[in-house]
Amino acid sequence: MIDVTINGQATRVDAAPDMPLLWALRDVLNLTGTKYGCGIAQCGACTVHVDGQPARACQTALSDVAGKRVTTIEGLHPAGAHPLQQAWIAHQVPQCGYCQSGQIMSAAALLRDTPRPTDAQIDEAMAGHICRCGTYQRIRAAIHHAAQG
Amino acid sequence: MNAISRRSALALGAFTFAFRIPAPGEAAAQTAATPEVNAWVVVKPDDTVIIRIARSEMGQGTLTGLAQMVAEELECDWSKVTTEYPTPGQNLARGRIWGNMSTGGSRGIRESQEYVRKGGAAARIMLVQAAAAAWGVPAAECSAANSVITHRASGRTTSYGAVALAAGRLTPPAAADVPLKPPSAWKLIGQPVARLDTAPKLNGSQIYGMDLKLPGMLNAAIHACPVFGGTVTAVDSTAALRMPGVKRVLRVGDNAVAVVADTWWRAQKALEAVNITWNLGEHANASSAGFAEVMRAGLDAPQAAVGNRQGDAAAAIAAAPRRVEAVYGYPHQNHACMEVMNATAIWTPERCEVWTPTQNGEAAHAAAAEAAGLPPARCEVHKLHLGGGFGRRGAVHDWVRQVVDIAKQMPGTPIKMLWTREEDMLQGRFHPVTMAKMTAGLDAQGQVTGLHMRISGQSILAGIFPQNIRDGRDPVVFQGLNNAGGEADIGYGFPALLVDHAMRNPHVPPGFWRGVNLNQNAFYLECFMDELAHAAGKDPLEFRRALMANHPKHLGVLNAVAERAGWGTPAAPVGGQAVHRGLCVTHGFGAYVAACAEVSVSNAGELKIHRIIAATDCGFAVNPQQIAAQVEGSFVYGLTAALYGECTVKDGRIEQTNFDTYPMMKMDTMPKVETIIAPTGGFWGGVGEPTIAVAAPAVLNAIFAATGKRIRQLPLRDADLRHA
Repeated sequence: MIDVTINGQATRVDAAPDMPLLWALRDVLNLTGTKYGCGIAQCGACTVHVDGQPARACQTALSDVAGKRVTTIEGLHPAGAHPLQQAWIAHQVPQCGYCQSGQIMSAAALLRDTPRPTDAQIDEAMAGHICRCGTYQRIRAAIHHAAQG
Repeated sequence: MNAISRRSALALGAFTFAFRIPAPGEAAAQTAATPEVNAWVVVKPDDTVIIRIARSEMGQGTLTGLAQMVAEELECDWSKVTTEYPTPGQNLARGRIWGNMSTGGSRGIRESQEYVRKGGAAARIMLVQAAAAAWGVPAAECSAANSVITHRASGRTTSYGAVALAAGRLTPPAAADVPLKPPSAWKLIGQPVARLDTAPKLNGSQIYGMDLKLPGMLNAAIHACPVFGGTVTAVDSTAALRMPGVKRVLRVGDNAVAVVADTWWRAQKALEAVNITWNLGEHANASSAGFAEVMRAGLDAPQAAVGNRQGDAAAAIAAAPRRVEAVYGYPHQNHACMEVMNATAIWTPERCEVWTPTQNGEAAHAAAAEAAGLPPARCEVHKLHLGGGFGRRGAVHDWVRQVVDIAKQMPGTPIKMLWTREEDMLQGRFHPVTMAKMTAGLDAQGQVTGLHMRISGQSILAGIFPQNIRDGRDPVVFQGLNNAGGEADIGYGFPALLVDHAMRNPHVPPGFWRGVNLNQNAFYLECFMDELAHAAGKDPLEFRRALMANHPKHLGVLNAVAERAGWGTPAAPVGGQAVHRGLCVTHGFGAYVAACAEVSVSNAGELKIHRIIAATDCGFAVNPQQIAAQVEGSFVYGLTAALYGECTVKDGRIEQTNFDTYPMMKMDTMPKVETIIAPTGGFWGGVGEPTIAVAAPAVLNAIFAATGKRIRQLPLRDADLRHA
């Protein structure tokens, strides 16, 4: 049993301590918005926030988040209306959409620390994310849009 | 069999199951709350319009585009439109009323546009008839707009929702009696409306195949022989069966082993503890180098299937004062969908159901029935949202067969099977590997006298639909190189031309990979055209234009990118580096596309792709902002392939196993893409694929302009671009 605060809820997770957070979220807690893409922290699809910092859930053991606050895409905004989520609609960003949970979580951490990011800062913050549909140009525009709020 | 969420059984004939579990977004049965006007249109009493979509949405926007076309003729309130998928089983039971479910070859819009528009128009006619009958007036005195029917003489109105149930009981009009609007009257087709499927992709609520959860479901991890053609000879599962949560260790087919456990993570950990003995089979020593030798021999083989012959190219080249020759090559590549292959199945001796992300529900259904050992009418496939398709999830449903095989060994238990990324990389259906020998003659004025393009290498059809090969000829090999009148024609009128193919198939199975054979054909032809222009001492744009007099649509898109880029005037330097341009034009999947790339290459060989200008003439443009999205994304997919994409074979198996060895273009290297949508009307072209093919040649031609270096073998990352 591991105690974690997940999306603001104190949660007792009944899973092995070495289970990656990704699989605890998906298979145990039924929070499937966090995606499996590579399992080796190369694609960013599983990005969540741990104590506010972006982390790859596939490379984070459940024991690593004991006593910490984990935020997933489901908990980013209570109504799904975070400025980034709105900007993603305004710019019609998603195609298949599979990578977008991770993209949005990294972008949210960027904007919290850097409210007006430059292109170079966006490149750096988003460098770990793969989108096979190729939505990067619209992601960049949507981040700028959200930053100008 | 336990009943899970049993549905009311009507409207779909005998086709109901004790355990029908709808997938999210899937067609529900006909009830008074969801009256079906016709196969394409359901209108609920609250005027919500549900438009049925037979093709699969995998990101390319087809779902929204098809809904726009139905709604255009239906004259419904677009703000109240939602969509759902009919199932392949329903399609079978209703005589394929929804037509072909295959979603590949950029055909989602172009090959269903007429019958879906007629579906919308027929529903409108029936709704108007129902209202007119209720009022006791002639239907001709009534009109429909925005989901409201008006009797013009009396001013009476009613809504679609109020008459839908009655409309559904009317005899549908014959297709011949359903006129369609002329394009000039379109109000919704051609509009850049927002996609209908965005919101759930932003808050984690979209259910992809991998996200499905059924009551009592167990999870399976699987590993197949990494050498294609190999088999399992022995399985030691002693250690795995002792691990927590593990239920079963199973052989799957003759080449794979699966572990079934409570969670997928436990199944995968246990799978790693299974000791599998393989018979690697006859390809255990195969390698990419060995196969390159086989293909190279094919470049000069006397026997080859002819794709396009105009005049006597050999004689024309032999008689020319100058001969230009170059050999090009294109590697195997994996589709690498972000969502790896997965499916969920439940099997009993009476029936089988499968839930999976698929580009072709009907092909998945056929694969499921075959693996289940049951007639198709006793099987069902529920299409789930795809985390990318790109051709991997279309023609071949190897993973569906696997999950059914597992479920069959555990009757009555729902099984979700998920591959690892490593499994996905090793068990791909790969972009075909080919080479091409390009030979041309130039006369004293630098005009082409004749061109011979000899392709040697892998045929996709030979691997997937061998019954479509006639006399060793795979017609799909010649995409973009055909004579006029097709959907993928060459854009130049050479005095003499021969395109032929020496088929050489390695053991690595091929697949339709976004862009298909247009990718290498445009690379070979358009880079060689650039070579010829330089050999002739001519400007690459002018050299092409001189051969395009009879190909005005090819010329139209080429001119569009050249003009926007300012071809002929120097590009402004970026960061002190000179910027150079390269061109490409092609025709595929029914659309004409061109690109102009702007790149710089430092003396140390560092490449930067600054800007791409792309033009598309797809005839009619249904949703311009989604076409732009496809064009933008095509450069990421196409340039990833050009820069990094290569799957090599050693000891019979693919060497690249994850994104660390199979890298992808990311945000920091994506060039700025400017899209010109230039529809000339009168035809329907696809947009999901053609632009992939112009990405590499445009950039490679720009690299030549910058460095004087010709890259003739992809991927580019192996090339030395240092220059003086």
